[in-house]
Amino acid sequence: MSSFEYTLVTIIGCGLITWLSRVLPFILLKKFTLSDRVLEFLSFVPIVIMSALWFSNLFTQDLGHLPRLNLENFLASVPTLISAIISKNLLVIVAVGIVSLAVIRVILA
Amino acid sequence: MSHDLDPRAGLRETLPIVFSYFGICFAIGVIAQTNGFTPLLVLLLSLFVYAGSVQFVIIGLLASQSPILAIFGAAFLVNARIILMSLTVAPHFHEQKLWKNILMASLLTDETFALAMNKANYTGSKLTFRWFYPAALPPYLMMIGASMSGALLGRYIPDPEQLGLDFAIVAMFIGLVYLQLSADRTLDRRLQTIMVAIVFVFIYIGLIFIPANLLILVVTLVGCLLGVVLKHVFF
Repeated sequence: MSSFEYTLVTIIGCGLITWLSRVLPFILLKKFTLSDRVLEFLSFVPIVIMSALWFSNLFTQDLGHLPRLNLENFLASVPTLISAIISKNLLVIVAVGIVSLAVIRVILA
Repeated sequence: MSHDLDPRAGLRETLPIVFSYFGICFAIGVIAQTNGFTPLLVLLLSLFVYAGSVQFVIIGLLASQSPILAIFGAAFLVNARIILMSLTVAPHFHEQKLWKNILMASLLTDETFALAMNKANYTGSKLTFRWFYPAALPPYLMMIGASMSGALLGRYIPDPEQLGLDFAIVAMFIGLVYLQLSADRTLDRRLQTIMVAIVFVFIYIGLIFIPANLLILVVTLVGCLLGVVLKHVFF
């Protein structure tokens, strides 16, 4: 197999895996209903996943050691959070976030 | 976030996702290109694998000559959290046509999931194909366009991270966490705030011994379990 074909097979295989991971649960729920226990568990998924995706970006991993603080992202999170509280508008929040990080990089550089 | 479930609202409300995808997807194109991906392969990668974390895994593991089954395994684990998101969001749609459900599920990502769950807070927890599809398709198109741009222009930009665009996605999750806290009425607000604090501690401790790209999945499973326990004991 050429390197192109090998990469292509990898891409298609991984594509199928990620696609089935989203589609199968979605359509299976049209046939089955989940128990109340499971639904209760799933009701925590949004807040837990959203905050996990935020916090995992505040640190740099150093396996076996305490994570290091990503100072730039940490500092930029402050004005971004304030803009969230004031504006409640995602577009504004994203813009404030980008500008905050750029300004912080200039100051820290 | 409006109460409307029409295509216009979907298009409008997805703009933050579309903008924030530009930076990260451009970066993926640049990184793929520096790891020997031709623009054609970057295009195929974007078309077939709609998951940034999995794209990073593919590029990284191919570069380190990992066996193909190891790459498949890593792709599954890194993206397994989407199974939980799919299970969580699906009951909000009362769409009966199979093809519409497949089309919607195919465009589910961390971000479109988070947007949809936030939207459900404003619509009496109901979601529709008419709203979701116009909200979920533009980010996919942006991902393809931005990663192609990265692959074609990457050699002229020495360090794409310097632009600050990589923070766009983090900023969006900050906003989504806040909006979720202020709008979600299905869970007690104090409980949700406690969960955010717990997740912070879990992420910090987890980073010591769990590889970062598996950590989100582990923290989600353990965090939701703990949430159920806390809710029954204290709320």
